Amino acid sequence: MTDSLLQETETLEVNLGPQHPSTHGVFRMNVKLDGETIVSLKPVMGYLHRNHEQIAENISYLGSMPYTDRLDYFNSMSNNFAYALAVEKLAKIEVPERAQYIRVIMAELTRLVNHVSVTGFLLNDLGAFFTPVLYAFREREKILDVFEETAGSRMMCNYFRFGGVKLDLPPGVLDRIRKIVKEFPKFLDEFEGLLTQNEILCMRCQKVGVLPFDLALSASITGPMARASGVNYDIRKVDNYSIYNRFKFKVPLGKTGDVYDRFMIRILEMRQSVYILEQALKEIPEGPVLNPKTAALAKAPRNFKPPAGESYGRVESPKGELGFYLVSDGTPQPWRYHVRAPSFVNLTVLEDLCLGHKVADAVVILGSIDIVLGEVDH
Amino acid sequence: MLGVLRGMGITFKNFVTSYLFPRRADSLDTAGMVTVQYPEERLLEKERFRNFPFLIYDKTPDDLRCVACDICAKECPPKCIYIVREFDKDGKPLKRPAVFDIDLTVCMNCGICEEACPFDAIFMDHEFEIGGAERQQSLVYHKDQLLKPATYFAKIRPTDHATIEEKRRKEAEKKAAAAKQSSQGAAQTPPPPPPAVPPKSPQPNA
Repeated sequence: MTDSLLQETETLEVNLGPQHPSTHGVFRMNVKLDGETIVSLKPVMGYLHRNHEQIAENISYLGSMPYTDRLDYFNSMSNNFAYALAVEKLAKIEVPERAQYIRVIMAELTRLVNHVSVTGFLLNDLGAFFTPVLYAFREREKILDVFEETAGSRMMCNYFRFGGVKLDLPPGVLDRIRKIVKEFPKFLDEFEGLLTQNEILCMRCQKVGVLPFDLALSASITGPMARASGVNYDIRKVDNYSIYNRFKFKVPLGKTGDVYDRFMIRILEMRQSVYILEQALKEIPEGPVLNPKTAALAKAPRNFKPPAGESYGRVESPKGELGFYLVSDGTPQPWRYHVRAPSFVNLTVLEDLCLGHKVADAVVILGSIDIVLGEVDH
Repeated sequence: MLGVLRGMGITFKNFVTSYLFPRRADSLDTAGMVTVQYPEERLLEKERFRNFPFLIYDKTPDDLRCVACDICAKECPPKCIYIVREFDKDGKPLKRPAVFDIDLTVCMNCGICEEACPFDAIFMDHEFEIGGAERQQSLVYHKDQLLKPATYFAKIRPTDHATIEEKRRKEAEKKAAAAKQSSQGAAQTPPPPPPAVPPKSPQPNA
């Protein structure tokens, strides 16, 4: 009797999203459930598609700088960085020393902002509503204030220029950054005390959503997600772009590749970012912040015509390898403009991570991948 | 169990300290403030904060610096600026816009117009409390709404104003010197500036 009843069960198809608080934006997961266990999961994306690449191919090179802010709207400085690197490679523009330091400082501050909020939001997904995320936002607010003071906007910074940065740091901001960097480890200790040993968090996160080493490699997963699976791949070390070879820092690696490892890797990376920031703030020289050859470019972005050719600029953005591929034909607009968005690539393994887990775990796994829909659907 | 209790201890500590040492916005420093009772309390404005563009004029709204060169409209990434040059009665183009519209619903506050403008005529404003009762018309700002005096600019962005005034003064000196030289060389007085044409009331399609 019971056997025949069991045989008659059907799988249930559920749409998680597109308007669901767990999806961090407009994203749909087409889930097939057997009871509460996931038997198939298909991510459906494209709700936030904004034609980013086509727009960039029809405006000047500088004109797409503010558009890159809107890719991954949590880390506009990293996006600017990657795009600026790509164009500088294309047109062979040198960057002055002080600008390099400002760039690194801004990129690492962005990493702090991103990791601190993503760990907070992960806890939100776990059901620890808003206490951890608001502790995180307290720190984030200090850094965003620095961004507003230097770049003019909290999130849509539009601060990098080809051959440097837009404006020098205003007086007093370096001291403010020093203070933030000094106080940040204290906050991290508190945050870890709140979370890392918490039994509920361990139970929900350990051995959930395991990403094996081989899959991480073959699916070209990058960023904290790959490093949580033990893939020693950090573009700051591999590529040594900008001046990262001058700083000492370690690349934290995980072992199991589960949600808990991804969470811990982000916390450890924040500690390394603080370490990089300390060194950069100690060494930052005085000098110009914009290459004088390209300073005139700001006045006439349309006259900027890089020589024909192609280039690929990539940075270790907080989410993974963010790359901009540009092909120039010598006109003021790029002939081809392509974004290698880390969130998008990292999202491809979502089904493999979720199979066999419960629905509630799918939400946590998605949170631990750390996607921003602006970047997924660019 | 120990980890949960420790975490609860931290939340309790934060809960108590937030009552014992509340941080309120004051007039000196609001850096890193998280909670602000907005209409009554406000965060201090940062000088570089940029929102929507505005047009600057020196003394009267008639002598605006904009010469309708159309550079900002061309460089604007989302193409939110619309300019029509003004013509006098004989059909001669004047260095003044007849229509200058900015669609604030399209503007993305990037500040590229400000960087591109060769005449220091357009700048990013600090004004953010704008709104309309409907979706389209009230947020398309026309020339008369965009015009603001140079004194306003000096108030919101004193450092930028000082550097720009310095630059303009030098340019004017250079121009005066060049004019003097050419007038001496040619032994001729420079032609008088064209008489100011009273502006036709620029009322674009409302």
